[in-house]
Amino acid sequence: MTKIQNAVIGSVRTVIGWVPAGWLPGGSPDPLIERRAAIGRQASRLDGPLKVTGEARFAAEVAVDNLSYAALVHSPITRGRIMRLDTDAADAAPGVILVVTHRNMPRLGTLALIGMSDMSAIGNSDLPILQDAQVHYNGQVVAAVIAETQEQADHAVSLIMIDYTAEPAKTLFEEAKATARTPASVLIEKNHVTVGNAERELSRSAHIVDNVYRTPPHNHNAIELHTVTAMWEGDGLLVHDTTQMVAPSATALAKLFGLKREQVRVLSPFVGGGFGGKGMWDHQIVAVAVARMVGRPVRLTLSREGVYRIIGGRTPSEQRVAIGADAAGRFTALIHSGYSVMPPYGACPEQYTLGSRAIYDAKSFEFLQRHVDLDIVPNTFMRAPGEAIGTFAVESAVDEMAHAMGVDPIDMRMANIAERHPVSGAPFSQHALKQAFTDGAERFGWNRRVAEPGSRREGEWRIGIGCAAGSFPYARMPGANVRITLHGDGSATIACSAQEMGMGTATVQVQHAADRLGLPLEAIRFELGDSDLPASPMAGGSSQTASVAGAIIAAAEKLTGEMLRLAGNASPVAGLRAGEVRLTDGGIASIADPSRHDSFESILARAARDDMTVTAAGSMPLEMFKFAMHSTSAVFCELRVSDVTGEVRVDRLLGSFDCGTILNPKTAASQFRGGMIMGLGLALTEETLFDGRSGRIMNASLADYHIPTHLDVPQIDVMWTDIPDPRSPLGARGIGEIGITGVGAAVANAVFNATGKRVRDLPITLDKLLPD
Amino acid sequence: MNPISYSRAASVADALHMAGGQGARLLGGGTNLVDLMRKGVDTPSQLVDVTALPDGIDRAEDGGLIIGAAARNSAVAAHPLVRSGYPMLARAILAAASAQVRNMATVGGNVMQRTRCLYFNDVAGARCNKRVPGSGCDAIGGFNRYHAILGGSDACIATHPSDMCVALAALDGQVHIAGPAGERTVPLVAFHRLPGERPDIETVLDPTEIVVAITLPPSPFAARSAYRKVRDRASYAFALVSVAVGLTMREDRVDAISVAFGGIAPKPWRAARIEDALRGASLSPSAIEKAFEAEFADATLLPGNGFKRGLAKRTLSAMLTELGGPAQ
Repeated sequence: MTKIQNAVIGSVRTVIGWVPAGWLPGGSPDPLIERRAAIGRQASRLDGPLKVTGEARFAAEVAVDNLSYAALVHSPITRGRIMRLDTDAADAAPGVILVVTHRNMPRLGTLALIGMSDMSAIGNSDLPILQDAQVHYNGQVVAAVIAETQEQADHAVSLIMIDYTAEPAKTLFEEAKATARTPASVLIEKNHVTVGNAERELSRSAHIVDNVYRTPPHNHNAIELHTVTAMWEGDGLLVHDTTQMVAPSATALAKLFGLKREQVRVLSPFVGGGFGGKGMWDHQIVAVAVARMVGRPVRLTLSREGVYRIIGGRTPSEQRVAIGADAAGRFTALIHSGYSVMPPYGACPEQYTLGSRAIYDAKSFEFLQRHVDLDIVPNTFMRAPGEAIGTFAVESAVDEMAHAMGVDPIDMRMANIAERHPVSGAPFSQHALKQAFTDGAERFGWNRRVAEPGSRREGEWRIGIGCAAGSFPYARMPGANVRITLHGDGSATIACSAQEMGMGTATVQVQHAADRLGLPLEAIRFELGDSDLPASPMAGGSSQTASVAGAIIAAAEKLTGEMLRLAGNASPVAGLRAGEVRLTDGGIASIADPSRHDSFESILARAARDDMTVTAAGSMPLEMFKFAMHSTSAVFCELRVSDVTGEVRVDRLLGSFDCGTILNPKTAASQFRGGMIMGLGLALTEETLFDGRSGRIMNASLADYHIPTHLDVPQIDVMWTDIPDPRSPLGARGIGEIGITGVGAAVANAVFNATGKRVRDLPITLDKLLPD
Repeated sequence: MNPISYSRAASVADALHMAGGQGARLLGGGTNLVDLMRKGVDTPSQLVDVTALPDGIDRAEDGGLIIGAAARNSAVAAHPLVRSGYPMLARAILAAASAQVRNMATVGGNVMQRTRCLYFNDVAGARCNKRVPGSGCDAIGGFNRYHAILGGSDACIATHPSDMCVALAALDGQVHIAGPAGERTVPLVAFHRLPGERPDIETVLDPTEIVVAITLPPSPFAARSAYRKVRDRASYAFALVSVAVGLTMREDRVDAISVAFGGIAPKPWRAARIEDALRGASLSPSAIEKAFEAEFADATLLPGNGFKRGLAKRTLSAMLTELGGPAQ
């Protein structure tokens, strides 16, 4: 992000700040907040039966005639050049159709890096792909084989002989810190933010904690491997992908391959787990290019190792958090700064200081992120990028301050949780973090905690309890479009390109549309995952539900107007204006006199219409700029630490969330739990073993990269305030990423309570808890 | 993957006839070999399926146990004779892998499994003396959390990953080997070699031979024995340290004792010095400490695995103290 962007965002905020709240979207709360039927009800996922019976076709399962299969060669060196390339044996291997290297790959430009100003800029990397002999990172794609079967392609790949000359590479975080860059912005926020003189306030504070926290790199491990099937039909391109960005992918591919947008169709009806990793990477581009070269459909599925090699993960970080407090425990200074990796050809800034700006008041603040350049596969967004690791540092530090002052950690937080946004001063749209703490503490039995570390014991096990707060910003993305078709039988079809990654996108929007249009659930169909449908933004930043909901609101308003017009003078609702009616009971009714009702069926029948179709875009998400909008959480953990071995066993985990209206308790609980399980991995087990000598990831498999197993995951309790946000569609804020946020610190704080050991270096493995 | 032939041996004689050629490998459950083939670590040209060979679990003439090499790990763990007479073995097996893997894996294959060293498994990107003799070892100076502190060499510090073999070592297991020259028996503790200069040679088995059975003598330890595995997550991870202990007490003193470690050495590590030091002794903390030091005095500690020495000591001490208490 540039300084210019800082200025633009800053002035938008200033102008929006002057505008009365009522003028903005969400100015008068969404009427469905008060008038919901399907929304907020427990509903099973509509795609559940399809997945259980195997009917759902994922991208690697789509039946395609004349299909060929691709496999990739990854560079085993980190920086250097390809000097000798011998593909003769591979060319001659059984079933091989084509071997592709930089010598014969068509010349292509590079993707525009992910940016906040252009929603179709989705590149995780802007390095050239198979365009020259240069190697930029270990694992980079250097060749591909296309063959009649996957096995033939895999075999031929092993026959390609490549000699490299290695060049010096930057692979050591500690060394590269010396030349770290300081970006002007982090996403759409200014990077270096100061309020008062935080260092001076800190040095004068009655109580000070000032420590460095470290988090390791992580890799994406969605169950479904990255896979793409690409085929050219005439001048048109059809891509079956597994992606969190259906419409933006089509736009980006069109630009890269010199096509019109309407010549490209990306289909991705189901995604087997996204978490930020299912974006645009090299494999899609290779598949599209080689499909044109061989004149046949090509399927390219990464191996699990391949996912580690060319799909980025979460950057490592080193974060300083310093908190000063006065004698009463009020924060006088909060400093959060640090280093994370972002190579110059990457796009993810890992915004670990953004969450820290939104929870606590302090007399002074300083926030600053620095980017370290390494020669690695570019890191990317991974569930709560920034917040997941940022809260580990800050919420550990708050716990350290509470311990140092002899104050209960919840009391310490209650005394400092802000009533307005601590940095911008903007009012919160709705914010009940204190209630989340109070409710959570009661359900969890926080009063059983013994403040003195190491006090509770059962046999060889020391028992501890900890908590942490989390905050994740609300987002509604611009550019969400939806088409609604009302059919003659009174049913409706909602269509947009949105992504179904297993969290219940279609289910929740069907619930929404049922209430919005006044129809029963069974009368709504939702079509998604197709770039030919009205474009909706990527699924990211926990924003998809609000973004699509905003578009449905706009489309439903338009539909109301169209249907009123169509109803004509003979209708019971004749003469009423759009603002005087609502959609209910399968038709239009007067708000003032609900007995004046005309059904969709009869309106369409009288007009001799089969259906009525409208398309609309959601309003600009100006509420984000007028109000401070954040999902928040209070996370509680009880665990045991073996005095003998240092092993940690988590016994209980509770998440108490304040995320506005919970649209579907069943799918929401799954999202929260899934995020919290990922948080357990972050806290205790997950670490990419990046060998700084070679620049190579050494544990590129699910056997060696430890995600939590079933036995590592205890009963997880989730609860929520369910207080609607008056500024958002349906009163809802995002829930996809708040679940992981805060878990790392809650676990670390419980470990401290159990043992008296403060671990500031994730993951908390048993060796860190053994006596020296 | 390179072309391979596959044949299924109907008998030991059959297997001996088929095996032994260059590039031939015996295939049990395939839970390790097939992975190695997929990764290109091993590139056999001939697979001889030995799962039809004897898989019985029976009482031996001496009152001990005989387990056919083709017996599945899960069958051994569930067998009444194992559960009653050798509970340590059942626990060790159940601490390993997943239920699915245990259902496939054979006893013979378990004994023969290869290390899970990250550098051994990375054909494209790492040097490994075990995989390519003389090429160097990237684990020394790299990630060696799972590597040996005892018995390693400058050429190799990889560990043997088995849990089952640690219990077999503590239980005086014998490996029955058939070969062209007839049968022979080797104690399990002498079956695996230390790496020295040749980490690629992992056992005393000749390429022309096959493992046909494991026998266990009658065990005095059924009442007081334990297997404890310490690892980086609650399930489905290899041992950082595992300890098998069997004990009999006479009054307050150790009568018979058997101790073996996993996760710390290139082979299942029978701790004879600990046993010698504690036999006849009372299980005081100082006696345990002294015995431990005798065994681990020449441990080689690296930055990634140095914690294992203390971890092994603490784990052993806790187990001995618990087992040495009043009989359960």
